[in-house]
Amino acid sequence: MKRIYLDWAATTPVFPEVVEEMARFWRVDFGNASSLHRWGREARKAIEEARERVAGILNCQPEEVYFTGTTTTSDNLAILGVARAAEREGKTGLVTSQIEHHAVLDTFKQLENNGFEVNYLRVDKEGVVDVKELEEKVDLNTVLVSVMYANNEVGTIQPIEEIGRLLKKKQEEFGNRIFFHTDAAAVAEYLSLDVQKLGVDLMSLGAHKFGGPKGVGILFVRKGVRILPITFGGHHGGGLWPGTEAVPLIVGMAKALELAQSRTKETGVKVKRLRDKLIEGVLKRVPDCYLTGHPSQRLPDIASFVFKGVEGEAILLRLDDEGIAASSGSACTSGDLRPSHVLLAMGIPEEEAHGSIRFSLGRETSEEEIDLVVEVLPKVIDDLRRMAPKI
Amino acid sequence: MSINKLYSEKVMDHFLHPRNMGELPNADGVATVGNPVCGDVMKVYIKVGKKGEEEYIEDVKFQTLGCGAAIATSSIATEMIKGKKLSEAVEITNQAIAEALGGLPPAKMHCSVLAAEAVKKAIENYKKQARQKS
Repeated sequence: MKRIYLDWAATTPVFPEVVEEMARFWRVDFGNASSLHRWGREARKAIEEARERVAGILNCQPEEVYFTGTTTTSDNLAILGVARAAEREGKTGLVTSQIEHHAVLDTFKQLENNGFEVNYLRVDKEGVVDVKELEEKVDLNTVLVSVMYANNEVGTIQPIEEIGRLLKKKQEEFGNRIFFHTDAAAVAEYLSLDVQKLGVDLMSLGAHKFGGPKGVGILFVRKGVRILPITFGGHHGGGLWPGTEAVPLIVGMAKALELAQSRTKETGVKVKRLRDKLIEGVLKRVPDCYLTGHPSQRLPDIASFVFKGVEGEAILLRLDDEGIAASSGSACTSGDLRPSHVLLAMGIPEEEAHGSIRFSLGRETSEEEIDLVVEVLPKVIDDLRRMAPKI
Repeated sequence: MSINKLYSEKVMDHFLHPRNMGELPNADGVATVGNPVCGDVMKVYIKVGKKGEEEYIEDVKFQTLGCGAAIATSSIATEMIKGKKLSEAVEITNQAIAEALGGLPPAKMHCSVLAAEAVKKAIENYKKQARQKS
């Protein structure tokens, strides 16, 4: 059976060039970058070169680039680190959106339990954060705003530059700093990561989402951002993220980011054409379903649907049996009994949100694969609907 | 997610090849449990036969809207009660259903509860109708 991977938003295969670039750091240049000897110096040199390459892409200073474990650890460090520093100055106001990844939402929930005031911004039915509401919620007590660059479930791109400009204006008005963080995990193969253009102060990335290895991430922290470490144990990573640096992973991540960012245009055009073909085919051939997310202001790789009268996990398992990998925001895949918080925030009723499926394409997706999915999916949905009682 | 949170082969078998699926025209007892807001709805139909004085499940069918576990638990529950005496079938427990499937992930145990409830309610529905007739 042909296996079709349409879950690129979950993780991506590593670029062959990245595997090659990492090779010598496992057994030859395996040193600890904190050691003074030759082995250590080789490792340090590789890391600092990687940092410069990343900084070049983000359009920032190398000292503003921190290497972490994953996007989740970057998010935790950004949010907890800024909140703890703010607490010392007596500030407790935080703002985020209702559709963030759990790495962000759960961190804010922790802070909320510890006395911080957190505002969770609404989104419209297409999944766009309400900037007007943000303007109302930001006040003198606000110290951090965190809004994702693009939503990983439905693909809606958020107005990051607009939020950046708004916060700049507010800062001048209030005469104090409001730091702006974005989780950019979903976008590196498709959108610009220029932090000056975006107007962000902190930005999280994870290598495995853009053709790099798993287990390594980036946190950009603009100079002047007041942030404290949240883990302790030495001066590695500028003291903000202590622990022996993962040299092969960091080197591989820098290479992957270069490759991904140098090809955003061609990858985007290719993927979008196939994604649109998938959307058109599914909407045409499957009754009672609709696309979720913004119709145009969306990532080129994501096609997310709601199929009425079917449960998402059942669709996912049947597709898997046909060799097709997708993902679902249904309650059944999340471990609790409520469906995707993103779909609910967009106003999709619970009984419909249970029937959600996300297909995410990537640089290696072929037309043949999309044709096959468009052929198989209607039958899967029809089968499952025929199993269901009439309500 | 650890491996014991994934589905057993038996669950996948019943999910992909559900037994006794469909409607049962002229059923003697019918029950629907769950609701679409929670994502699971199960409907069980039974046909009751008689061997001497003893009533038994002559035929049973189910229809389910739900996840893999919801479909698999309803499928195996129908298999477990088919041909059984009514007095035995009504004693079916969610643990027995889960065990028959080789276990369920903790988050999916509620599906086995729903399946047991559907069977019990279908039998109750039959008994209620039988009382009304007599």
